[in-house]
Amino acid sequence: MIAGLKLHGGVVVAILLLLAFAPFIIDWIDKPFYLDLVTRMVILAIAAASLNLILGYGGMISFGHAAYLGIGAYSIGIPAYYGEYDGLYQLAITIIACGSFSLLTGYVCLRTKGVYFIMITLAFAQMMFFALVSIEEYGADDGLVIDLRSELPFGFSLENSVSMYYLCFFILLFFLFIIHRLVNSRFGMVIRGSAVNDSRMQSLGFPTFRYRLLCFVIAGVMCGVAGWLLGNFTNFISPEMMDWTRSGELIFMVVLGGAGSLFGPVLGTAAFVLIEEVLSGFTIYWQLYFGLFLVAVVLFVRGGLDGLLSKFSRSDK
Amino acid sequence: MDGALVVVQLLNGIQLGVLLFLVAAGLTLVFGIMDFVNLAHGALYMIGAFICASLTLALDSFLIAIALALPATFIVGYLIERVFICHLYHRDHLDQVLATFGLILVFDTLVHMLWGPAGISYPLPNWMNGQVNLFGFVDFPLYRLLIIFSGITVAIGLYFVIVRTKTGMLIRAGASNRTMISALGVNINQLFRYVFATGAMLAGFAGMIIAPITEASIGMGSDVLLIAFVVIIIGGIGSIRGALIASLIVGLIDTMGRSFLDDLMKLVVSNQAAETSAPALSAMLVYILMAAILFFRPQGLFPPKTR
Repeated sequence: MIAGLKLHGGVVVAILLLLAFAPFIIDWIDKPFYLDLVTRMVILAIAAASLNLILGYGGMISFGHAAYLGIGAYSIGIPAYYGEYDGLYQLAITIIACGSFSLLTGYVCLRTKGVYFIMITLAFAQMMFFALVSIEEYGADDGLVIDLRSELPFGFSLENSVSMYYLCFFILLFFLFIIHRLVNSRFGMVIRGSAVNDSRMQSLGFPTFRYRLLCFVIAGVMCGVAGWLLGNFTNFISPEMMDWTRSGELIFMVVLGGAGSLFGPVLGTAAFVLIEEVLSGFTIYWQLYFGLFLVAVVLFVRGGLDGLLSKFSRSDK
Repeated sequence: MDGALVVVQLLNGIQLGVLLFLVAAGLTLVFGIMDFVNLAHGALYMIGAFICASLTLALDSFLIAIALALPATFIVGYLIERVFICHLYHRDHLDQVLATFGLILVFDTLVHMLWGPAGISYPLPNWMNGQVNLFGFVDFPLYRLLIIFSGITVAIGLYFVIVRTKTGMLIRAGASNRTMISALGVNINQLFRYVFATGAMLAGFAGMIIAPITEASIGMGSDVLLIAFVVIIIGGIGSIRGALIASLIVGLIDTMGRSFLDDLMKLVVSNQAAETSAPALSAMLVYILMAAILFFRPQGLFPPKTR
């Protein structure tokens, strides 16, 4: 068991170290393209980690999480369209927009359970998608190009791709820390308890609706920050960012890595982005194999990569 | 807005509603009986359209093509159930959603491989192409009227099968208590396989009859699937009657909203404000309706009585 923990922990530490020194390694092997890949991976990992908070720990299967990526991205895109590049100002808009969207939709969604919850979160995300597709002013289908990345205080410039990467990486670490503290607090106990048996938690006297709603809002805001980073990173925003397939991909990243484990989404996102990259290099029909892979993971791999790692380390003993 | 336009748009709304019903019926039955969420249902809509397109172009007859494509989609549905779906019943909804999401990628890419990236359009027979004069003052395309009629015929047929036949009784019994009717010696898995394949065929039929208007294209299934979800949420998951009523409501509200919302808003706000916000608002209308209904009735309008 102890040896198992070491192996499992070892993989996590190795991946974190790899991510921490990624720009240097990439510089050393002289393949600057990979920095883009790793940055995208880290941003998506933030989004997946936020989804893991509600899906993995809270049992709330949201099929509309990509909406927050989109709202976060539009929260820089629209100010930038009017010539406003102040990063903190944009970030404040992101937090307010995602916070209020998740509060309003969460208030309706959390009244439902099971399949209804899956479908209604999907429907609300589609609502945002179609709303933005039909607003001509902000580019509709074609999206908006962002001329300048956000301006941050202390002369920290995002135009440099290495500092862009490190900002993403530190936000990922910071959010993972917050999630770790949250789920192990009294708040997290209520959330996890209510995922297992909501009526029991209620009869113990916890107003679980409020706890779950707050958890839903926190996850929404975290994912919004990922969207803020994504918009900055790609210099381009479009409704595609909140397409429902993106929400499905986020769920897959969480499940592939292991829902309800802290580092699972990071593992899952890394695996997802790498597999996508490798497969799409082989054939234009890569989605066929990717889809089959997805079905196979669901059918045969319970508990995701994180679960596999723990299992292997346990049988090692 | 003049009267003729209102009537035309009302009929267009009903036509969309009928189409949604054909897709939603299978979805809601599959969920009602097996507690199974099938995202890949829209793929059958797409596959139906593509099979019908190829057959129409090869045989030069739209009606014969439909007659052949219906059993073909039935078989495709049956095979999908045997190969993939039957392993997923005892899994939780998260696994079902993910696996069927994977199947969408598989089918979209397979269609891409077999039929190429571009859509396929195919012609209607000449006699279906005209306009008919309704009520003396409205010209409406004959083909859209035929869609409405065939959809209503299917709805009545489905109602008859479910309410009046022994198979229908077993389906209703299965939806309200699956364990009990298998304990009574009914092979529920066998029954379900045919329900699934029939649902697939209905979705395929919807795809076949709409494609002459829109053309068969990759991704057409996902678009209709997402609205069909709204329909079955509003109607109450598992209820055929709810699906029918909700389809018509959603079809009408969506169509009427897109055509008349800007005119209505101009009565209240300035012209410019109406013209910029009306398209976005009318795209959101159906979802706002859904949110409002779920706020008051979280189980939908007509939740089936169970257990």
